[in-house]
Amino acid sequence: MNNIFVYCETEGGKIADVSLELMTKGRELADTLGCELEAVVIGHNLANVEKELAEYGADRIWVADDAQLDPYRTLPHSAILCGLFKEEHPQIALMGATPIGRDLGPRVSSTLHSGLTADCTSLVIGGHKDNKTGKEYTDLLYQIRPAFGGNIIATIINPECRPQMATVREGVMKKEKAAKPGKGELKTIDWKKYVNDADFAVKIIERQMEERKINVKGAPIIIAGGYGMGSKEGFKQLFELADVIGGEVGASRAAVDAGFADHARQIGQTGVTVRPKLYIACGISGQIQHTAGMDGSSMIISINTDPDAPINKIADYAITGDVNDVIPKMIKYYKQNSK
Amino acid sequence: MSKPLKIVVLAKQVPDTRNVGKDAMKADGTVNRAALPAIFNPEDLNALEQALILKDMREGSTVQVLTMGPPRAADILRDAMFRGADGGILLTDRKFAGADTLATSYALSRALVKIQPDIIVAGRQAIDGDTAQVGPQVAEKLGIPQVTYAEEIVSLSDDNKEIIIKRRLDHGIEIVSSPLPLVVTVNGSAPECRPQHAKRVMKYKNARTPSELQEADNDYLNSLCACKEYLNIQEWSVADVDADDNQLGLAGSPTKVKQIENVVFQAKEAKRLTAADADINELMVELIASHTLG
Repeated sequence: MNNIFVYCETEGGKIADVSLELMTKGRELADTLGCELEAVVIGHNLANVEKELAEYGADRIWVADDAQLDPYRTLPHSAILCGLFKEEHPQIALMGATPIGRDLGPRVSSTLHSGLTADCTSLVIGGHKDNKTGKEYTDLLYQIRPAFGGNIIATIINPECRPQMATVREGVMKKEKAAKPGKGELKTIDWKKYVNDADFAVKIIERQMEERKINVKGAPIIIAGGYGMGSKEGFKQLFELADVIGGEVGASRAAVDAGFADHARQIGQTGVTVRPKLYIACGISGQIQHTAGMDGSSMIISINTDPDAPINKIADYAITGDVNDVIPKMIKYYKQNSK
Repeated sequence: MSKPLKIVVLAKQVPDTRNVGKDAMKADGTVNRAALPAIFNPEDLNALEQALILKDMREGSTVQVLTMGPPRAADILRDAMFRGADGGILLTDRKFAGADTLATSYALSRALVKIQPDIIVAGRQAIDGDTAQVGPQVAEKLGIPQVTYAEEIVSLSDDNKEIIIKRRLDHGIEIVSSPLPLVVTVNGSAPECRPQHAKRVMKYKNARTPSELQEADNDYLNSLCACKEYLNIQEWSVADVDADDNQLGLAGSPTKVKQIENVVFQAKEAKRLTAADADINELMVELIASHTLG
């Protein structure tokens, strides 16, 4: 009882990366609190998911496996999760800040009247004293997130309501198998007692999911373009450089909105968060919304015609010049001098 | 003939956090909120457009915009009327202050119970919080389905019983059908809102809330609003929507802000280079030598 629960998303019966990242974080929090870590998987063709989740530290894995439950739909998944939470009383519930978690989380938090914090970038256990009532709390979940367009960092707590709920974006937490596997006890959810026919009123008529070919998050080197690249054609040289030095191409929101690059490449607060060993920012001014998603990079090179571009404040190397001039030179030098 | 629809758009007035310019930063590197203009939350404009498309589909339908906020939030209601909305409702009361998403959703849901719309359309999220929670929470409070991340309302059955919506997800699309009533939250990838229309601006420029009329204390405005019903922006308090005080504002918010830290832009010395061959070559030598490349 009063354990940490992670809602695990699946696609094709496989646990999503973001959920495994949360399991890793959940294990760490459970160890701090001295409680157990439990996973909830709702979907179809879920045979053996408990094995993988145990490797990520799950002590208990709750599974609801039925064709009607896959793909994800709001009402049945939220009914099952609420039903389970009412019986198990988790103290903390985590889910991905994905189109699924951000659809499900608020619905569940409203039903249970529990607080939910979206898009946390850090989760820490700590105490709190209410200055008004003088009441002291221990072992609360600090839900830390940027707000106000990334201009402030807020620490949110839910002193009274349980579970303390938080969503976290993909790539923000590290994914790592637990040092010691969890107990891995498999529990089947008797889900039909929580769900009624009306919960299936919304129907999925058609679904086209693209293979996730673009993997900006996992790339050790990222060459990112901004609005300053000028056009989709302008991005071609970034792909060429990425190809030569073995990197992936990213983009700022402005560039994605302008249609220069695919949304899957968007880096920043409303895209993916990355921390590669090298980040080359081309024609990116460096608004906080963008830098919030890449300022953890080991090395940052900026190429910008404006010597005062904000990106230069966090760059290790600031090249003042035209991308169209600089990139071909980098490609040329690398081709001539690398082994 | 199909029956007209009662459509409500949920909208929020937000500080324009996207354009944090040089003057918006104080000397200590923190945000000068006063320097940020208050705007119509961008995705709520996408939502308004979807609502107006629905209105165009069904003759006689109405679009009302509902917002919760301080008196000045009436500005976005007028903006919406200039673009095509039929009217606005401002939910305003000191008791609403300090609400988190759950308490906000409760307040909005009370107003919606009073309005009884067929469809509720909202932006996916507001740029000051980026939580995307209010839409789904309102749907839950009303006990109706939600369709989030909507990009397009594809069709509506003749009997107004089933709506087909295209959703834009991170890695694909989904087309879903839902019964009415429901809450639809609209993505920024949906079509932009139609601009203000000159004739509508002329018609609605004098639209006011009762508080605004009182403050202006202008006989001309008073008599205008008295004889033209459409110029009256409704203003509802806690009592008007029969809400439970315990579920409002700070008291009704399970989440509390423990701490706020301003993000300070730290000046870190960047190594300055030019686009000259020598500079680029030197950089590449360093990158290869440090095994950052290769």
